[in-house]
Amino acid sequence: MSSISVLKDKCVGCGQCQQVCPFGAMSLVDGIATVDLNKCTYCGSCVDVCPTAAIVLKKDEAKAGIDKADYKGVWVYAEQRHGEISGVVFELLNEGKNLAKQLNVPLSCVLIGHNIKDKAADLIKRGADKVYVCQDPILAEFQDDPYSGILTQLIQKEKPEIVLMGATNIGRSFASRVAARISTGLTADCTALEIDPETRNLRQTRPAFGGNIMATILTPNHRPQMATVRHKVFKEAKIDENAKGEIIDFTADMSKILNRTKFLQFVKDETSHINIADADVIVSGGRGVGGKDGFKLITEFADLLGAAVGASRAAVDSDWIAYSHQVGQTGKTVAPKVYIACGISGQIQHLVGMSSSDVIIAINKDPSCPMMQIATYSLEGDLFEIIPQIIKEIKASRS
Amino acid sequence: MNIIVCIKQVPNTTDVKIDPETGRLKREGVESIVNPFDEYAIEEAVRFKEKYPGSTVTAISMGPPQAESALRQAISVGVDKGVLVCDRVLGGADTLATSYALSQAIKTLGAFDIIFCGKQATDGDTAQVGPAIAEALNIPHVAYVRKVESSDGKTIKVERLMEDGYDVIETNFPLLLTVVKEINTPRLPSLKGKMAAKKAQILTLTAADMKCDESRCGLKGSPTQVMKIFTPPQRQGGQKFTGGPEELAKTIVGKFKEIGII
Repeated sequence: MSSISVLKDKCVGCGQCQQVCPFGAMSLVDGIATVDLNKCTYCGSCVDVCPTAAIVLKKDEAKAGIDKADYKGVWVYAEQRHGEISGVVFELLNEGKNLAKQLNVPLSCVLIGHNIKDKAADLIKRGADKVYVCQDPILAEFQDDPYSGILTQLIQKEKPEIVLMGATNIGRSFASRVAARISTGLTADCTALEIDPETRNLRQTRPAFGGNIMATILTPNHRPQMATVRHKVFKEAKIDENAKGEIIDFTADMSKILNRTKFLQFVKDETSHINIADADVIVSGGRGVGGKDGFKLITEFADLLGAAVGASRAAVDSDWIAYSHQVGQTGKTVAPKVYIACGISGQIQHLVGMSSSDVIIAINKDPSCPMMQIATYSLEGDLFEIIPQIIKEIKASRS
Repeated sequence: MNIIVCIKQVPNTTDVKIDPETGRLKREGVESIVNPFDEYAIEEAVRFKEKYPGSTVTAISMGPPQAESALRQAISVGVDKGVLVCDRVLGGADTLATSYALSQAIKTLGAFDIIFCGKQATDGDTAQVGPAIAEALNIPHVAYVRKVESSDGKTIKVERLMEDGYDVIETNFPLLLTVVKEINTPRLPSLKGKMAAKKAQILTLTAADMKCDESRCGLKGSPTQVMKIFTPPQRQGGQKFTGGPEELAKTIVGKFKEIGII
């Protein structure tokens, strides 16, 4: 069992460990650092910061019982939805190529679906050296059982060292089943990836506590190292029409593939023309928008910019707009190039869902609200006066 | 029906403040709450119970002894029993080791028909534990469920929220669902519920009670390791503009052109 203790003769009671502990497990009792073992997760943050080396941490390590050298290559799961490759895949191919170059291994894609083999060429043009294609009528639409069964079989057969997947609803639904079946590590929703040149381990950095802290995660002894990666973090791989690659048909052992769910139908969200997870520009409305009519103005503004419409929880809970538009902790996390917050004060739960946007523009009557404080550009005033003027100005600049 | 809901106690992020001097997360005085997504899972579990008279809802939480209060809160809104999975051996567990421990707890409790989980917890934000529990129990799961369309106790039809709309999925019991906020509006505790919560006996399960393989528990059973934790640089405010609507509109449209969105 892992253990942590404080050497009382070395501890000077400086309290730095208490400040650094992300789990509130350290406190000073009679001037000596004390660990609440019920809260400690043995992350080691306190050990790193202790100036007198007074904290002794013994960490258990998970042993995998595999030879890591047997695992070679970087894989990208080429997610498709209704036969179209998801945008995040092209971003993963770009970052995957960087990692594969550093490791001096090929970059491969896994494409699962039905009648989708023609998409393999697009993946090669975006940098894949190999594309494994698995097609079957039961794979036409995403279902957890058959998709996780096939990806598991392929991984066990080909033994890649890294598997990257989009942190989409599909990726986050079935990656966890695959990792559990293989008994390997999976890091969710990564925003940075890096190879440790000495160990060839993948350093996976991800936000936690709603983005208030960042954690770098390793899967040191298990393979493959699996990660889901947030959309819009990496740039898309460029298209090279002359790129060459190999397309490999994978015939899964269908007798071992479970299929306990039945896909009945897909119902498109008609309230949004543009998916907020994919959007480069989002115009978002909050309590200050005042009602359904106010959202008509927000939508008009968004349409003019080719932007998606977002909303704060307050607006969704008041039934002014559908939940699928909600940005923030209980809604979606977005990171567009430009996020325009109209009448949104910026509660922490909203900020964690959008604060990694490149440019934030806030329109609000209250200059002291949190959104106006963090915005790249903040416009103080009534959105019902400012937005119609902006619309007029854009139309004038285009005519 | 035997209905299970898995819940987690998390720090209330509304209270989480950043120390402006150190740039660190201030945890003092931060209240612990039931993970907001789990409230929808609890509500859906209780609604299921109401649909099938004679059913029992059991809430399970893995965590320190303090997590008992999360289980009592679940009981106050209609859950029948609370089970706390608590053992130092389980400390430092990643999502794989956590889902192993929770699946062992569920096996220990006996037969079940349906398991509800929130789509993710607001501290770890992984969304991985629900599907991994389903894998460990070898049952199907549907994630991001926004509506249970129908259920006859043998088969169930649900709507799975996707980025572009929703999928309608049918599957059989037993199964696991992870739910999103859209699925319901959680009720408030009743007076009777509060009394029940106060009086309830919380069952505590240790790793030994659940016949856990220790090599699959805690840090020893966690393929992922935290290498370091750091605070991201805080976002700095930028330019502030005041003035009449026309002037502001001209300024910002100029910025749109600079950024290249028009």
